[in-house]
Amino acid sequence: MTELSIKTTTVSRADPTVWAQLFRRKLAMFGLGFIVLITLGAIFAPLIAPFAPDEQLFEGLTLQGAPMAPGGQFLFGTDLLGRDLFARVLYGARTSLIIGVVANGLALMIGTLIGVTAGYFRGWIGAVLMRFTDLMMAFPVLLLAICLAAIFQPSLWIVAMVIAFVNWVQTARVVYTETSALAEREFIAAEKTLGAGTLRILFRHILPHLVPMIIVWGTLGISTTVLLEATLSYLGVGVQPPTPSWGNIIFENQTYFQAAPWLVFIPGAMILLLALSFNLLGDALRDILDPTQRGMR
Amino acid sequence: MSAQAQTTPGAVAAPGIATGPEAGAPVLTVDGLTISVRQDGGEAVLVDNLSFALGRGETLALAGESGSGKSLTSLAIMGLLAPGLRVSGGAVRLRDTDLTALPESALRGLRGNRVAMIFQEPMTSLNPILTIGAQLTEAIRAHEPVSKSDARVRALEALKAVRLSQPEKRMTQYPHELSGGMRQRVMIAMALALEPDVLIADEPTTALDVTVQREVLDLLRDLQREHGTAIILITHDMGVVAEMADRVVILKQGQMVEVAPVRDLFAAPKKQYTRDLLAAVPRLGDGSSAQALPEPVSQTPIASLSEVKVRFDIRGGILSRVTHRVHAVENVGFNVYPGETFSLVGESGCGKSTIAKALVGLVPHLGRIELNGHVLGGLSAQDQKALRRDVQIVFQDPMAALDPRMRVGDLVAEPLLIHGIGSSESRRATARELFDRVGLSPDWIDRYPHEFSGGQRQRICIARALALRPKLIICDESVSALDVSVQARVLDLLKSLQADFGVSYLFISHDMAVVENISDRIAVMYLGQIVEMGTRAQVFGNPQHSYTKRLIEAVPVPDPSFERPLRPRLTGDIPSPIYSLGEQPERLLLKNIGDGHLVAVG
Repeated sequence: MTELSIKTTTVSRADPTVWAQLFRRKLAMFGLGFIVLITLGAIFAPLIAPFAPDEQLFEGLTLQGAPMAPGGQFLFGTDLLGRDLFARVLYGARTSLIIGVVANGLALMIGTLIGVTAGYFRGWIGAVLMRFTDLMMAFPVLLLAICLAAIFQPSLWIVAMVIAFVNWVQTARVVYTETSALAEREFIAAEKTLGAGTLRILFRHILPHLVPMIIVWGTLGISTTVLLEATLSYLGVGVQPPTPSWGNIIFENQTYFQAAPWLVFIPGAMILLLALSFNLLGDALRDILDPTQRGMR
Repeated sequence: MSAQAQTTPGAVAAPGIATGPEAGAPVLTVDGLTISVRQDGGEAVLVDNLSFALGRGETLALAGESGSGKSLTSLAIMGLLAPGLRVSGGAVRLRDTDLTALPESALRGLRGNRVAMIFQEPMTSLNPILTIGAQLTEAIRAHEPVSKSDARVRALEALKAVRLSQPEKRMTQYPHELSGGMRQRVMIAMALALEPDVLIADEPTTALDVTVQREVLDLLRDLQREHGTAIILITHDMGVVAEMADRVVILKQGQMVEVAPVRDLFAAPKKQYTRDLLAAVPRLGDGSSAQALPEPVSQTPIASLSEVKVRFDIRGGILSRVTHRVHAVENVGFNVYPGETFSLVGESGCGKSTIAKALVGLVPHLGRIELNGHVLGGLSAQDQKALRRDVQIVFQDPMAALDPRMRVGDLVAEPLLIHGIGSSESRRATARELFDRVGLSPDWIDRYPHEFSGGQRQRICIARALALRPKLIICDESVSALDVSVQARVLDLLKSLQADFGVSYLFISHDMAVVENISDRIAVMYLGQIVEMGTRAQVFGNPQHSYTKRLIEAVPVPDPSFERPLRPRLTGDIPSPIYSLGEQPERLLLKNIGDGHLVAVG
């Protein structure tokens, strides 16, 4: 006999804004802070960096010709050619952010678009799209990327496009599965009986449910894409030297890991921290944006 | 499972402990059972100080609405409480063993062997990738050191005991190859194969059709008589309670409200809650309670169906050609007139929901459906959309039918937005108004669906259906998932809305008692075709078709003194509506036996 007594929830009815909720989460704020820091660093690299990233400094090498360890004049030390690693990491952030955010974002968009279309409409449209996705999945990613990068003149933007083009498949697969499950749910049928159009159903009722999954795939994709860019650079079809990227700094120096570990460790840590930051932020956003979690916190 | 020795073990019997009629030593005693859940810091009590005793061969019903703790109690007896829940007081004694004090390994030996359990949904309780035979023999061998072949022999005997047709064949089949009723028989066979002292049946027939429910209830009673098993029957259905139980424990939100022998409870309930619960139970009458209108031929119908067929293709073979068709709906025709409630009733798979889906355009159909004078199908997208305004649908499960990520106010206002009616303020005002109209506070429109109870959610769905002021609302099993007291109030709401808005209902249900209470006219469906159609008085007062009679007879009667006429036990299942290409079901011809009462011949 309690039908009319609503569950009491401790959450105040006036919803705190997304920002206010974000500020309450320490981990999310850490992630956001790091992303902002890296972005500012990348934008103002010329002002912050003490040296040019491709300048081979005489004092950057020891008398035996070995790179300098971090500390003193060189914050992050120097590399094998006597270039300042701090400057290279700062400038490298430009490349890596573009790859990690733009290329990855593009991949997510393509994947979501194809996945949602195939999952919602099914039929022959779905069959064609998903077989194409399977074909792309079966293709060796590296081979495809090398072919594409070799055809076009290698540049940062081309590399970003190439990475987006080979990285959308996993997203498309999971979005497809999720969408086809959602399309069977009764509330979608209920919307159809109200006369809702396809676009309305897709954007108001299907996409919001996909957001948590897209966020997870998006943050996971950042480290993958940054490393794929590094691989391509290493193979000579990525970002061309001397333009630095976090990935190619690692690959240039990995053979000297024992003698100069900072050359691998510092850019590696940057990739890790960036991916982690996006992940923490994404996680928090997912929870904040999910109304079904309301009242549970 | 730490049983803190609490209060009175046995000696001073709590007032609730009343032993069964043939007293003796009770098989199972539940004494002051308290179940709690850990909840931020503290502990919340879910079941409070519950006591009862169960004698040999006795059936004790634990009855109550959802959230009353009846299923929790059964899980606690089995020692299967979910992590986070624990027995925080009291004891469960099987003869002299305190189950709450036993370690898990000892409990495992008892489960299935001395205390067995059957669940509501037999499909999820059976392992889908093992044959019936394998699962039965495994259950037997888990408790008794018998050889595989001996176990198979016993499994076969168990299947025969539950009167399953072709038991040898069933042994080699997988759960999905059996119907719901057959699966529940297998579960019972598995539970009774080891001749347990106590059988816990948790809503054993809730997921089944009425005629199948009747078979399973009969079976349980026969088996109990043969083996002297004590049964704890957990159910929300007072009809089932009246037919099966010797004694009844009424639970409400974890508290024991009343314990009484079944006849006393129904004849003279002591507590107000029990009285309310019994009053809310829909009772099957003979259709004469109120004046039901005969077919008002003069008016133009809101919805008119003639020769409607819905068929689904089943593809097979390498080329995935259509090899079979499911003939879900065959040559169905009826009219729904303004302001009336027309019901479609029948068991699962009879095609009643498919008709609803065809009416709202969710499945393609053949034949002619006319809504408010327009023929459905062959319309432009614009006209289709306009037609949607006249026909709305309320689904069975309101949680599934509401987008969980939208605020309920937006959901109710959405139809207006889709059809471009009003400004955003006026839509919001309309939503508030509709909330008020369906008995919800208008201040709740900024909440999300998960913050409401089941009955409230169904009210939200009804408000959304009303937003466009439709002429016809299809209620597809709309009250089936609700507790009886909530169900009664939602039905009242539907009736009062009909009086206010003059809307017609197409009411689809498997529940004969609910249909009898709300309908003006009724069509009974069987295997995709209508077998009987007429006013309520005609169909319930003078049922002509054998299937209609069977349906009405199968309904459990919430009156323990009701003597069910002896009839041969029903067995067998509804034949399949799947035909290979080119074949068709035989067409039933409806004959008018007077005053528009149509009955299928043959």
